[in-house]
Amino acid sequence: MANRYFNKEIETMSHSEKEVLQSERLVKMVKYVYDRVKPYREKMDAIKLKPSDIKSIKDIYKLPYTLKHDLRENYPFGMMAVPRKDLVRLHASSATTGKLTVAGYTQKDIDVWAECGARSLVMAGASENSVVHIAYGYGLFTGGLGIHYAAEKLGAVAVPVSSGNTARQIQLLKDFEADIICCTPSYAIYLAEQMQLMGIEIGKDIKLTGGLFGAEAWTDGMRKEIEQRLGLKARDIYGLSEIAGPGVACDCEFETGLHFQDDHYFPEIVDKDTLEPIGYDAEGELVITTLTKEGMPLIRYRTRDIASLSNAPCPCGRTSVKLNRVTGRSDDMLIIRGVNVFPSQVESTLLEFEGVEPHYHINVDRINNLDTMEIVVELSPSVKIDEVKTIEIMRKELAAKIASSISVSAKITLVSPGSIERSEHKAKRVTDLRKLK
Amino acid sequence: MLKQIAVYLENKKGKAAECCKIIKDQDINIEAMSIADTQDFGILRLITSNNEKALAALKANNFIANIVELVGVEIPNQPGALAILLKELDEDNINIEYLYSFANDNGQAQIGFKTDDIEKAAALLKSRGVKTI
Repeated sequence: MANRYFNKEIETMSHSEKEVLQSERLVKMVKYVYDRVKPYREKMDAIKLKPSDIKSIKDIYKLPYTLKHDLRENYPFGMMAVPRKDLVRLHASSATTGKLTVAGYTQKDIDVWAECGARSLVMAGASENSVVHIAYGYGLFTGGLGIHYAAEKLGAVAVPVSSGNTARQIQLLKDFEADIICCTPSYAIYLAEQMQLMGIEIGKDIKLTGGLFGAEAWTDGMRKEIEQRLGLKARDIYGLSEIAGPGVACDCEFETGLHFQDDHYFPEIVDKDTLEPIGYDAEGELVITTLTKEGMPLIRYRTRDIASLSNAPCPCGRTSVKLNRVTGRSDDMLIIRGVNVFPSQVESTLLEFEGVEPHYHINVDRINNLDTMEIVVELSPSVKIDEVKTIEIMRKELAAKIASSISVSAKITLVSPGSIERSEHKAKRVTDLRKLK
Repeated sequence: MLKQIAVYLENKKGKAAECCKIIKDQDINIEAMSIADTQDFGILRLITSNNEKALAALKANNFIANIVELVGVEIPNQPGALAILLKELDEDNINIEYLYSFANDNGQAQIGFKTDDIEKAAALLKSRGVKTI
């Protein structure tokens, strides 16, 4: 292997040195947000916590949590710690009520994110001689641009293909002789299937050796299938747009869990009901604190991802804490083809649409390795229908409204009034048939 | 004008049977019916001995149903009669959305069809000497 680490000093730092570094950074960060970000100051004042009470990383549990709700309440710039002129980029992702969750980055934030992405690329076997084919979407979504800057930081060649147009993707993979590919795991399998149909020879036409896959939940079975069909080593990469995109954590060839870039992003696991911190190797909600972020620092941000952490040593020599695969969510967010979808977004679209009632059920499945979404919704008792085209037009219009609201296309099924089960408590709105365990 | 009930049927086993049973339970006779089917749903169209009562019963059972007017005509029950009627409709530029036929007691064929302007269609047919019902 060309280079085993991107930043050997940090990645193999001893636990005691790491703790000193994390402590210094946390103390500085808490003072920084207290002075600059009103919502943090208010939360700390409310529990009479002073920045000086935080003396080391061991004091982190004293700090109040930050929720997605806080980001929404302070939309768009209320959580930023720097004036707008110091920001160089904004990313955003779906929130529950139509408003987006915004994240602002300074130049230094972009550099740190690129560094963490570069560490991940090296884990996938990339070097400065690599050609990195980036089939994540480019845009407000962090996937495409995140890996792009990481590839450039590494000194590799970034190929910003973005998502879609599979025939062109395959052509470019062949012509540019990419050795590294980055995309969602389901798209990787779809690509492999299309290559097979086109008679492409893996190893001869396609020379991929490694890949970073993430932005949606996947299984070890899918990992094996991707590795076998594309002839590469598949690495699992984790990120979230509020913290930073891909690169917050990534696994190495020993697959002992995802190495958390804990010099910049400090992870904790807390009980999802009591919110009490729990130790290693137990499942709970992942909470992340940014230790160095300038633009929009997040203190004890509740990710809603259910996972566990491990501090067992890894044969690769990296000393970071490791994240065991995210197994679910503590809220109702769905990830469909890499896109975050909240049932409440679907609901608000239905409420505005004439002819249907807000009684609905969402069915999610994975068919031929691609996520599918069906929205079953009740027709209003007053609609007048005697022609097939009336229904077809209605389905088409509603499907278009849904697609523009959640950025995912869904099949619309219209049913009679009263056919969706009513519940006195919280209605069960979603059936997820994707087998992920 | 002819009146029919149009019922939306989800693509679920037994839906048409359920609909017919509701009408039977009201002691209403189904005189004619047709189904438009697609991969995902169907539309059942019925002419019954008491449309208003049948409609109320269907709605009470959570069916999406409504009464729709059709152009009704009576033509001889013999080869070529429908061909002549359709040719005449075509000459008058009347576009048929859907059509179905049924027989009456005196051996005549009855046709019901939907078009965007049923008043105009009925008047044109009358002027051509077609018997409307």
